[in-house]
Amino acid sequence: MKMLRRSAIAGVWFAMASGLVTAQPAVQVDASQVQGPRQLEEQTKTAAIRGYLKSWQSMSGAFEQNRIDLLDADFVGAAKEKMADTIGEQIKLGIQTRYQDRSHHIQFVFYSPEGLSIELIDQVEYDVQIIDHGKPISTVPTSARYIVVMTPSETQWSVRVMQADSPGNRSTGI
Amino acid sequence: MKAILTLLTAGLLLAKLQAAGGQEQTLNLPKSIEAGSAFSIEHSGGGEGTLYIIGPSQVLKRDVKAEGAVYFPARSLYDAGHYIVILTQASGTKSGSFDVAPISAPDKLSFFANPSRLPIGVKNGITGAVYVFDAYGNLITAPTAVSFELTSPTGGIQKDHATTSIGRAWTEMDSTSQQGSGKFVAQVGELKSERIIRQVPGDPCTLKMNAQQAGQQVQLQTEPVRDCSGNAIPDGTIVTFTETYAGGQSTVDVPLKRDVAQVKLPLHSGAKFTVASGVVLGNQIGWQK
Repeated sequence: MKMLRRSAIAGVWFAMASGLVTAQPAVQVDASQVQGPRQLEEQTKTAAIRGYLKSWQSMSGAFEQNRIDLLDADFVGAAKEKMADTIGEQIKLGIQTRYQDRSHHIQFVFYSPEGLSIELIDQVEYDVQIIDHGKPISTVPTSARYIVVMTPSETQWSVRVMQADSPGNRSTGI
Repeated sequence: MKAILTLLTAGLLLAKLQAAGGQEQTLNLPKSIEAGSAFSIEHSGGGEGTLYIIGPSQVLKRDVKAEGAVYFPARSLYDAGHYIVILTQASGTKSGSFDVAPISAPDKLSFFANPSRLPIGVKNGITGAVYVFDAYGNLITAPTAVSFELTSPTGGIQKDHATTSIGRAWTEMDSTSQQGSGKFVAQVGELKSERIIRQVPGDPCTLKMNAQQAGQQVQLQTEPVRDCSGNAIPDGTIVTFTETYAGGQSTVDVPLKRDVAQVKLPLHSGAKFTVASGVVLGNQIGWQK
């Protein structure tokens, strides 16, 4: 990489703006290690965070209700296709899953020079509840580091890649 | 003494009852597997039940016998990510988790290149970012070597090399000095992704016109208009001729046609003619009748 641009640390706690009754996750954002020659403007950062947090709500609703259409607003490309396939499988198996995010530690790591993609990593704490044929089976608290690639769509930043990372696969320093 | 013996007997009876009732429920999971590879989950105790493997990208459900291993053949689980495993049995529920890692062989590149059209000779004017995926569409997060190449219309090549960081790499390159279409290629091993970048002439380098009397008019004509690399400026580029004379000024915008622009203006004694295109100012001609 040609250069590493460090922007000011933005350790900002965001409260998700939504009308849902569910508990809001705690969100911490760090934009001090963004790589790439392009400056990540505050408005862009805010819009990307808003889009990403909203995507968790969409994902939760889509998996809980087994509705692929709920993914449309916030996911595109491979992320949307994979989740749509998962919902199809859930329907076949008679199960539902409920993802409840409790906290996010979002770190912006890349803003592509042409401005067409943002990559972030998110250390997220969340609960997953499994419901089989209407019967709650179990709720498992878990923690994972997600790698997320977002691209701009018509009116917002949408999630194109969302993939939990294996600890053994991580690059040094990240 | 009698009390101690009673307690010991009760303890032994309880241990026997537990042994008869079943072993401790165990669930042995791999820590991590490679996407698409075969794996197994071993369990013991607890009787028959159901095994769930849950992730946002895939879900699996299997009936399990009293104990043993549940085998998952290759390509059962191919989407990289973090998976939760839940085993439900009559005796209770056990859970755990494991990771599925991308395979290391790249299979697909997602290449963002910008812009698709730009003037020649722009430093760092062309940018590209590439994301590397495996055969299952998983982002390969392990460092991977990427090369970028921009080929000019005349065959000149600019190269850059990078190593991916968390699945992506990027570059900046200069647009070339020749107009025409250039190939912008990102390559990982034998895998290539190509974009066409159209490079067009820049602003005129110099602008020079000649004047010739034609009856009561003056015919003004530019010399062929080129950019600083000698490329012809595209037809349709506007050239502005201005005539300034005592008590007035006339301005005419003329599009370039076959590299030149020409116009006829009324002849005024003592007139001055100037020519310009964009930010480039050409020569000035004074005219005496």
